[in-house]
Amino acid sequence: MTSTIHGPTIPDVDRMEVADPVERPGGRRANLRTAVAQLVRKPVFLIAVVYVLFVLVSAFWPRLFTSWGPYDTYPESAVLAPSLDHLFGTDNYGRDLWTRMLYGSPLTIKATLIALSIAIVAGLGVGVVSGFFGGRTDAFLMRIIDVLLAIPGLLLALSIVTALGYGTLPVAVAVGVGIVPGFARTTRAEVLRVKTLPYVEAARAGGASWGRVLLRHILPNSWGPVAVLAVLDAGVAILAIASLSFLGFGAAPPAAEWGTLIADGRNYLVTAWWLSLLPGLFVAVLVLSLNHISKTLQELNR
Amino acid sequence: MTTPLVAIKGLDVGYVRHRTVQPAVVGLDLTVAPAEVVAIVGESGSGKTTTANAIIGLLPANGRITAGSAVVDGVETAGAKERTLRRLRGSVVALIPQDPMVGLNPTKRIGAQIAEVIKLRGVPGPAVHAEVVEFLERAGVTDPELRARQYPHELSGGLRQRALIAIALAGRPKLIIADEPTSALDVTVQKRILDHLGALVREQGISLLIITHDLAVAADRADRVIVLRHGRKVEEGDPRTILSTPREGYTRQLIAAAPRLAHGGRVVPRFDVRDQPEPPPILTLTGVSKTFAVDDLRRGRRGFNALDQVSVTVPRGRTHALVGESGCGKTTTLRIALGLETATSGSIVLDGTEISGLTWNQLRPLRRKAQLVHQDPFATLDPKFTIGQSITEPLVSFKIGNRRSRAARARELLDQVALPAAYLDRLPSELSGGQRQRVAIARALALRPDLLMLDEPVSALDVLVQEQILRLLADLQQALGLSYLFVSHDLAVVAAISHTVSVLSEGRVVEQGPVAEVFTNPRSPYTRELIDAIPGRRGTPGRPGPSPAAHAA
Repeated sequence: MTSTIHGPTIPDVDRMEVADPVERPGGRRANLRTAVAQLVRKPVFLIAVVYVLFVLVSAFWPRLFTSWGPYDTYPESAVLAPSLDHLFGTDNYGRDLWTRMLYGSPLTIKATLIALSIAIVAGLGVGVVSGFFGGRTDAFLMRIIDVLLAIPGLLLALSIVTALGYGTLPVAVAVGVGIVPGFARTTRAEVLRVKTLPYVEAARAGGASWGRVLLRHILPNSWGPVAVLAVLDAGVAILAIASLSFLGFGAAPPAAEWGTLIADGRNYLVTAWWLSLLPGLFVAVLVLSLNHISKTLQELNR
Repeated sequence: MTTPLVAIKGLDVGYVRHRTVQPAVVGLDLTVAPAEVVAIVGESGSGKTTTANAIIGLLPANGRITAGSAVVDGVETAGAKERTLRRLRGSVVALIPQDPMVGLNPTKRIGAQIAEVIKLRGVPGPAVHAEVVEFLERAGVTDPELRARQYPHELSGGLRQRALIAIALAGRPKLIIADEPTSALDVTVQKRILDHLGALVREQGISLLIITHDLAVAADRADRVIVLRHGRKVEEGDPRTILSTPREGYTRQLIAAAPRLAHGGRVVPRFDVRDQPEPPPILTLTGVSKTFAVDDLRRGRRGFNALDQVSVTVPRGRTHALVGESGCGKTTTLRIALGLETATSGSIVLDGTEISGLTWNQLRPLRRKAQLVHQDPFATLDPKFTIGQSITEPLVSFKIGNRRSRAARARELLDQVALPAAYLDRLPSELSGGQRQRVAIARALALRPDLLMLDEPVSALDVLVQEQILRLLADLQQALGLSYLFVSHDLAVVAAISHTVSVLSEGRVVEQGPVAEVFTNPRSPYTRELIDAIPGRRGTPGRPGPSPAAHAA
């Protein structure tokens, strides 16, 4: 507000760490190296990363991990329990469930990526504009975000899917719109914080234009929490997409999508538990891994 | 001699980092007798706060006492259980935290926060309130009944500090630890509070342990001074002896860095320009006023006069200082002179160009003439930018030179501020406070400006680092012919760098003129009070100051 009450100076002596000696390697590359070294020492984090990488790789090259086809039916081997031959067992048409999970990955991952890009682009845009310009613009945009927040997520997604039609893309759009508010809010808060810092003023005093200040100072320094939120929301998006396809709004059969697979198996829970539980577990571990990665990154950011 | 209240023998404290213990305090011996005032002096990282935390058992989670013993009031605290320590805190040892702005719980009334300590002593409920009022009164709070009902945000910094003293007193402790009591408040307020605390402690026979980075503050108040460096005791003794015959080179450096101590208790300005003709001005502010609109819940919208007809001139090649307490408008003046804030009325002439009323884009070319150095070295550099990027940013903004010539200029600038060129691709987090301030100065110099606006550039730094930065600024002025507009609340710093000075109070210029004149012959009582608040009165061989015995009487 006023800069007259420019408080007394607070030399917080404890913050004054002693500088690194000149001869020690410094700079960005060395920092990155220590950060990586720190992360490598966390076994759970490594397992999570390996699992997420495995899911990504298997989505693009499912043949590497299975010899069956996703649509090959073998009536003679229907509803087999998990074994070395069929890791996740087979469904009532004799299709290998593991293979169908892997072939279902691209659809879900594509939808997740689309949803996340929508959320990041729209959320970041709204947040930056809102936080940077303030005043009326801020009030107007934030009220729209409030309205979005007030509608339950699944309800919002359902109405959007109903309006746009069924399929992977509409589901992705619906989920993306649902997680925009979180991004917008986080970005706005960060921009508001960074905007008042002395280094922004120093850049302005050094003759930098607002555009440059925004792109070079405010955005990079607001980015940290947003990136963490993005990883966290990847898990949320996967769950939401699976829920929507579970409810039957996703890809049409016989295409395999994670939510559809779980839904198909739920009638056989008592006789063939693996049909629902193993795909569910597959998704749950993925979301858990993403959450753990997000948490670790947040700790590293601090 | 009576048994000491605190007896520390061969104490080693370290912090666990990356699975190794980094020592913070090594082999420290320290005693505090009942009713004695002891000061621990040292720069940041010297282990003085760690020592205090070890006494009260409040080391951070990664802090470890690795050897030695610390006996407080007959109880061994090294390796003691939490329960034993809890019995000591408050009732035997009380702590006055560093920053009164964050030292109080913002959601509780002052009275309730003091009552908390009183209840711990087992005082029955009905008697508590009377004691709360009594302790507030003893801490020098006027109108204690009202203050007890108020929340921390309703009080000024000085009153909050007094409330914290009341809390410390409320446990009837035998020892009070005051951590950096001079750092967070205005000099005059601090002086009043410290004097009050000192008198109170002597009157009631409480021991006081002052932790400070400023030898002058310590020497003014303590019976015994302990100088710490890198976790080891450098020197210990009576302040008078230490000041007159320091044994160690480090102590001598500390004395030299405190302007008043260095000159036998007097303030000696570095420059005397009384008999010299004044060079032509580079910056002239004439009759500048600034009114802020303040939303007051009770009285509605009203104007707040931050500046009232302020006229300031910065002569070319000289340093002009703006001094005053916080809220006096000195930073607002600086920001208006820089065009970051617009004046309500008045004229600002920078190097022959009238800048009041100019838009940001019209003002932009003038940026090359005047640059700013901020107060807080920790926030003035973008944490994502390397030092090289930070320094060359103004050049990039003004599209000066190409990549190679900018890199060369960055190396040249680092050389000017005495930093190694190897720092170019470092990040700010790898630098110390003083080094960061050097980088900020280098960045301000990148466009070869004629005028630097310095907003409390050394107030966040240790005394020794302050001294180095001030010397750097003086050298740069000599070499490059720079002019400075220097904002500070610390008159000792002003004496060390400025040629002329304006004293501001409540948005008005109280006194103006050459430093040599204003500081030796202050005409306004306000200026005199500010000068009296410079620590280091007790002095040195020639002029003895008030002795501790005088206080006790």
